[in-house]
Formats: sequence, C-alpha cells, structure tokens
Amino acid sequence: MKILVPVKRVVDYNVKVRVKADGSGVDIANVKMSMNPFDEIGVEEAVRLKEAGVATEVVAVSCGLAASQETLRAAMAMGADRGILVETDAELQPLAVAKLLKAVCDKEQPQLVICGKQAIDDDANQTGQMLAALAGWPQATFASKVSIADGKASVMREIDGGVETLSVTLPAVVTTDLRLNEPRYATLPNIMKAKKKPLETVKPADLGVDVAPRLATLKVSEPAQRKAGEMVADVAQLVDKLKNVAKVI
Amino acid sequence: MAILVIAEHDNQSLKAATLNTVGAAAQLGGEVHVLVAGAGCGAVGEAATKIAGVAKVLVCDAPHYEAQGAENVAELVKGLAGGYSHILAAATPAGKNMAPRVAALLDVAQISEIVAVEAPDTFVRPIYAGNALATVKSADAVKVITVRTTAFEAAGEGGAAAVESVPAAADLGLSALVSRELVKSERPELGAAKVIVAGGRGLGSAENFHGLLEPLADKLGAAIGASRAAVDAGYCPNDYQVGQTGKVVAPQLYIAVGVSGAIQHLAGMKDSKVIVAINKDPDAPIFQVADYGLVGDLFQVVPELTAAIG
Ligand SMILES: Cc1cc2nc3c(=O)[nH]c(=O)nc-3n(C[C@H](O)[C@H](O)[C@H](O)COP(=O)(O)OP(=O)(O)OC[C@H]3O[C@@H](n4cnc5c(N)ncnc54)[C@H](O)[C@@H]3O)c2cc1C
Repeated sequence: MKILVPVKRVVDYNVKVRVKADGSGVDIANVKMSMNPFDEIGVEEAVRLKEAGVATEVVAVSCGLAASQETLRAAMAMGADRGILVETDAELQPLAVAKLLKAVCDKEQPQLVICGKQAIDDDANQTGQMLAALAGWPQATFASKVSIADGKASVMREIDGGVETLSVTLPAVVTTDLRLNEPRYATLPNIMKAKKKPLETVKPADLGVDVAPRLATLKVSEPAQRKAGEMVADVAQLVDKLKNVAKVI
Repeated sequence: MAILVIAEHDNQSLKAATLNTVGAAAQLGGEVHVLVAGAGCGAVGEAATKIAGVAKVLVCDAPHYEAQGAENVAELVKGLAGGYSHILAAATPAGKNMAPRVAALLDVAQISEIVAVEAPDTFVRPIYAGNALATVKSADAVKVITVRTTAFEAAGEGGAAAVESVPAAADLGLSALVSRELVKSERPELGAAKVIVAGGRGLGSAENFHGLLEPLADKLGAAIGASRAAVDAGYCPNDYQVGQTGKVVAPQLYIAVGVSGAIQHLAGMKDSKVIVAINKDPDAPIFQVADYGLVGDLFQVVPELTAAIG
C-alpha cells in the first residue's frame, strides 16, 4: 500500500508574526520556516505504518515555492521514500491545493492520504476534506488513532464532547490531530540519506490544474490588543477585584 | 437569494452553536433556512422552527444520516445548494469536517471561521493563530462559510418557521460509525460557558487537575478547559483543549491556572472579557493578556480562592 503525505512549508510555530504596516499581509521575510506541525504528525504516522509492514511506500508531496524542497527533504529525513514538488510562485488556496493533490493521486494511486488537519499559517482546516470530496473518497478528519485492515481504515477521531471511531473504505483521506503520535527527530545520518532520495518537480500546468485564487485578500490587520492588566497581591484582593471592579462573580 | 444554515445536533437536541450561526446568517441579508439532516431528528427540526429570524426548516430524516457523516451530508447539501447564496455551518469539529467537503463538491472556496461580516461577499477571519485578521472577498457564486460562534450573538427565540421535509440523497456507503464515546458532564458547554476555569501542565497530574479545579468550577458554575499540554499528559479529555487547534472561547471570566500562555493557547481565549492568571512564574506570557495576575503556587492559591468565593 502506498501512502501519500502532503506537507506544507509554514512559518515556524514559535514565531509570532507581525502584520505589515501597509496592511498587505504578514511579514515573513527572514523568519524561520518549518514543516507544518500537523503534517509532521502525518509523516510520522505514514512512516510508522511502513515500519509496521502495512505500507510499502511513503511519498511526500508539497505544493508551493521552490524552497518547499527543504520541507520535502525534512519529510524524507523522517522516513518518506521520495518527494514530489508541485512548484509554483502563485498564491495557493486550499481548493487549488486539493485539486493539485487530486491530480497527483490520479497518477500515484495511493490507498491512503494523510494530511495535517490544518496549516498553522492560514488556519483553514480544509485541504484534506476537499481532496476527499474531489476524489469521491471517505474522510476521517482529526484522527487520534489509525489502524488499517482488510481494505479499511479504522480511525478514532476527536469530536465535540469526546471521540468517535469510524470505519472507512480505502482509498481514503485521514487528517491528523495532535494526539495521533509524537513525531521523531530526524537523525543526522537520515538527514544525509534524505539528500539522495528522489525528488521530482512538476508544475500545476503539467497537472492541468487552474490554481487561480477564489478569495481576494483585501487587507490584513492587527487584532485589537488587550490593555495591560494589573498584578494582585493575594487571593483576597483578587476576589475583591472580581466582585467589585470587574463584577464577574 | 436565501441562506442555508446547517444545523448542529445529535438527533435529539439542537446545539447552541447553531443559534450563533443563524446570528451570523442574519447579517447577510436574505431569507434564512436551516437544514436538519439526521435520523429520527423530528424534535430538532421542531426546535429549529422557533429560532428567531428563520423562515424555513428543511428536515431530511433518513437512517444514513444518523451519524451525520460528512460524505453523505455533503452530498445532500450539494443537491440543495442551487437555491442559496450562502451555506453556513458553525466552526466546530462537525462544521469544519463538513463545510470544506461541501465547498469542493460545488467547486467553490470555503471561508473558515469568520469573525465578522463586512458585506455579503466580504468577511474577516483570523490567521496565524489570531495574530492577524484577514479581510477576504469571495468571487464565488455560493459562499460556503464556517462561523466562529463566539464572534456572533446567538439568535433568540420567537420564530415560527415552516417545516419542509426534503428527500434524502443516495447513501454513499463510504464510512460507518463504529462507536462514539462522549464525556458526560453536568457542567456548562465550554463554548457557551460564562465562566471557564482552565488548567495547564502546572497542575502536575490528573488527580490534581480534577481535585483542585472542580471545586472551584463548582462554586463558579464554570466549565473546565485545558491547555494542550494538560490534555497530552492525560489530565483531562481532548475536548477540553482551548486554543488555535482546540476550542475558541470567550467567556465573561477565564481563570488560567498553571498555564504559561503560549501563542497557540492565547489564540483560543484572548477574547474573554476578564482574564485571571495564576502562575508561579512572574514572567509567564499569560500575564501579558491577564486583567488580573496573581504570582503564586497554584496548590496554595486555588484552594484559597475556592474557599474565598461565597
Ligand atoms: C501545532 C500546534 C498546535 C497547538 N495547539 C494548541 C492549542 O490549541 N492549545 C494549547 O493550549 N496549546 C497548543 N499548543 C501547545 C502550546 O505551544 C504549548 O506547548 C502549550 O499551550 C503549553 O501548555 P501549558 O501552558 O499547560 O504548559 P507549560 O508551557 O509547560 O506551562 C506550565 C505553566 O505552569 C506554571 N506552573 C508550574 N507549576 C506551578 C505551580 N505549582 N503553581 C503555579 N504555576 C505553576 C509554570 O510556571 C508554567 O508557566 C500547540 C502547539 C503546536 C505545535
């Protein structure tokens, strides 16, 4: 069984981004970029399925700038077998990425695609569901446990109020939640090995996909900042403030 | 054209998130319809007719909607979409699961977690864990949207909508629900609670988490929330997680106990009216958003606070 793992290059989760003064976006020049953390969880899950003998090949795919090669190399250092870069400088929105991934799936015929549930830059939480819709496959989103048997995936997923387990036919799309696994750190030898793994580059036009954005960003602004509060000395003072100043208890 | 709100429910009762979604729909200008897709969900349809501002309730009652799987419900919504300018769902796990699937079937963008409506085609949504707000304009014929419930007033009661039953779409048979384990709780829902007591890694264990926070929450009639670290460590169930990738809340009072205040946590609670932070580290970032900060050992402060509240 082949597993496809889409990976996105995003601003590192430790960076607090700044909005540009002209309102055209956020300033990401010279900030640290990393693989989207949820995608790391996806790579880890796929590699574990391969190590368990369930999967035979793990293919990482990234859509975006040439620099996304680094993200693919990071996935290969974790254990993905090869990488596919759908290279473009164009702004890619989730629907466009889903269409690109659908085209890659048509070619690669994976049985399972493991996406991150959301990217921590646009916080959209859409691509996996959209890919599943376009491919006519089932989706098991926000997964905290995945097992594969008899042409089906059994997926425990995080829902409002608790968890549920779905049984979905393969091929299917799974999206990862935080508790699915703890991704490994790539070792130096594996980082070196990853440099020699195959990395293929294609363009959206080669895949016959129109990636034109459907949403225009009119402006990006700073959210309202909270006013600095005050420190209280003890519990008595805190209770007094909450009762008599804030009037919330 | 009319606006379709996909109701969130468990076949027995309508979830409060639906009311906020109707609240957002009311700002778009157009007749508001609510879709209740489920199995044996007649009472939910009935409840939806009473929401103020709803003109029509579409009920689709069939066995294959029992679990409300995204595959089957999205197929149904695709068939209904022709008559609508907007399709809205709450930005809850259920809505986030479903809405992108609907959008892709219609070949339109999906606009996630809006916090304001600027115009019927222009919306504001947080990006980068709420560190920036993007104003986006959609060029698509149908706008498929999820709504951050804390950003919109809940629609009131007093409606008298008509009920129309709609035929089911085919059962795609792609997915089956095996089991569902819901945490039973007498406490208010996190999303709707007026007061939230949230615990972090500082609590140190599940016993401490519950032993210290529950008496305080009981006194305040509060819901209990948590940081990711507390959930990951198994102190409490996953659905307590507040943050960028958990629940977004905006209660009147949020008491953060032993929570450091990582960007990802702040994204889920910084719109609370009053924030209290209890932490032993005076430099913890949570103090930068707190209205009232108390530096101290939570094992001493929390029981004292519980005792001091009448
Ligand atoms: C992709 C991604 C998504 C994430 N999503 C979320 C999310 O949705 N929500 C979320 O919360 N986090 C999220 N995180 C994790 C986040 O980055 C932090 O790791 C997490 O919020 C930290 O939890 P914490 O504050 O409980 O733990 P810590 O950062 O370890 O803080 C514990 C705090 O307790 C205090 N403390 C310890 N002992 C005591 C004591 N006796 N008395 C008083 N204070 C004490 C310490 O001073 C410290 O400030 C995410 C991370 C990633 C990478």
